[in-house]
Amino acid sequence: MLYSKTRDAVIFQIGLAIFLTLILLIILIPFWRGIITAVVPLDIYTREGVPFFLSPTQWSFEAFKQLLGHSLFPRALFNSVVITLLGTAISLALTIPLAYGLSTRSLPGRKLIMTLILFTYLFSPGLLPVYLLITGMKLTNNYLAIILPPAVSVYNTLVMMSFFEGLPEDLKEAARLDGANELQVLWHVILPLSKPILMTIGLFYAVYFWNEFFTPLLYLNDNDLLPLPVLLRNILTSASFNEYVEYDAFSSTSLESLKAASVLITMLPMLLLYPQIQRYFTKGTLVGGVKE
Amino acid sequence: MTAKTLPLPSEVPSTGQFDIQKLLRVMWRQRWLYFLMLPTLIYFAIFKYGPLWNAQIAFKDFKPLLGVVGSPWVGFKHFETFISSFYFTELMTNTIIFSVAKLVLGLPLAVICAIALHETWFLRFRTFVQTMIYLPHFLSWVIMFGVLLTILSPGSGLLNEIIQRFGGEPIAFLTSPDYFRGVVILSDIWKETGWGTILYLAALLAISPDLYEAAAVDGATPLQRIWYISLPGILPVIVLVTLLRMGHILEAGFNQIFVLYSVPVYSVGDILDTWVYRQGVLQFQFSLATAVGFFKGVIGLVLIFTANRVAKRLAQQSIY
Repeated sequence: MLYSKTRDAVIFQIGLAIFLTLILLIILIPFWRGIITAVVPLDIYTREGVPFFLSPTQWSFEAFKQLLGHSLFPRALFNSVVITLLGTAISLALTIPLAYGLSTRSLPGRKLIMTLILFTYLFSPGLLPVYLLITGMKLTNNYLAIILPPAVSVYNTLVMMSFFEGLPEDLKEAARLDGANELQVLWHVILPLSKPILMTIGLFYAVYFWNEFFTPLLYLNDNDLLPLPVLLRNILTSASFNEYVEYDAFSSTSLESLKAASVLITMLPMLLLYPQIQRYFTKGTLVGGVKE
Repeated sequence: MTAKTLPLPSEVPSTGQFDIQKLLRVMWRQRWLYFLMLPTLIYFAIFKYGPLWNAQIAFKDFKPLLGVVGSPWVGFKHFETFISSFYFTELMTNTIIFSVAKLVLGLPLAVICAIALHETWFLRFRTFVQTMIYLPHFLSWVIMFGVLLTILSPGSGLLNEIIQRFGGEPIAFLTSPDYFRGVVILSDIWKETGWGTILYLAALLAISPDLYEAAAVDGATPLQRIWYISLPGILPVIVLVTLLRMGHILEAGFNQIFVLYSVPVYSVGDILDTWVYRQGVLQFQFSLATAVGFFKGVIGLVLIFTANRVAKRLAQQSIY
């Protein structure tokens, strides 16, 4: 864009910068508050509550120690990792072949399959019929109850399909002429070329499974199986903390600090992965992949 | 699955008339592809069409002992019960208030942010702001609940501390019927607006630079540039997003409300989905809850088809 540095333009730029800074502050202040609430030492907290600023030299990590010292957090973290990895693997394993099959325009029956799949995307009978199916299959207290119902997202399938459609047809033909079957074409030709889309869709699935808390709450009764978000919800809504922390918690830290610290612990894995995720927000994979 | 037995004649590259042998030959040539798709098709049959089969209990008096098939048909009884109940208006009102308010307040803000990001000269700053405002989208509503507590809790929340410093009484934002709707709407805008800018930014970047250059030559002010070039350029996207959201107007954000609400705010916070969950899973009113879910699904289907038709007419684009 042309920059003509007239007085108006400069004033406008200053206004924009102020506006964007304001937006940034609105996003950041709650997180900042969460951090300060988690690290405020008990004596300062009882004297003056949670201050707005607190010098890092005064930060106390007692709340984190209390929470991580108990077996619940490490176990929930492990459960979350299992659900996320297993869920993403199953989701991709089911999505890729469907997207690939649908990207083959000459496949007899393609239109019928497409219609049947789109219908499930456009019409959902709600929670109860799925709940009856899962409980009927005796999947309660099984991670498959959380993973399978949402495993294939029609939206993601269509995005992946249009990516596959964009790959040059010649490559597939060449492999077929060499005697490769479709399985081999997919594995040796298509997938190596599709890393960006596999990463993007995989990350979307992973973020979904990592954040999911309602279905674990619905289908898992065994406390040893609970993932992080459910543990966090139990902590945030409970009045008493005795089952979540080491015995001497209240002599060294406040309830508010413990809550804020559990939010931060739950958030941390996502924050660490976030730069990776962000790299894949490319225009092409997000926008315009939805059309059929 | 059905794909093997019911091929569409139009799909077959034939010489004119329907040739079953040729079709079978094509299908045999593609046998690996069907084989590859088979697990996913079976998955769809069980986990997407299984629930549709179960949905018949909306028209039955479901008794777990009799099963889905064995329970007696009752026609539209549950639909009538729901529509004539006092809950109907309350749930529909709450649901529509939430989704319309999130759209009407959130969308203009997202457009403004996208334009501001697009206009700014400070590219590093822009990248940093983008990174930060996308972040909340990736956090679950449970985490958001925790973050909200540090701002809104009556004991130590920042906002309540400010209120008290100015001599006011602390407000229980999350459990007070006067404030709950505002909290839901604003927290959704806080979480999703940043991510919402991504579509408009992409559309802004697709506008031809020639237009901006011509405007600069003509001495257009920044506001004229935005009004006459940027906004018209992204108008199709704005229309599409609005239509799509109208199609999903009965999706008011189950996860969010489920985490944030509590008994004192049911009257202003309860939406169709949360009610279905409580009636069905907690109160064992399987048929009634399924009927409400079914009702919502049918309305959603009609809305999305309407939205798509309008989109086709307005912007020559299809939304799905």
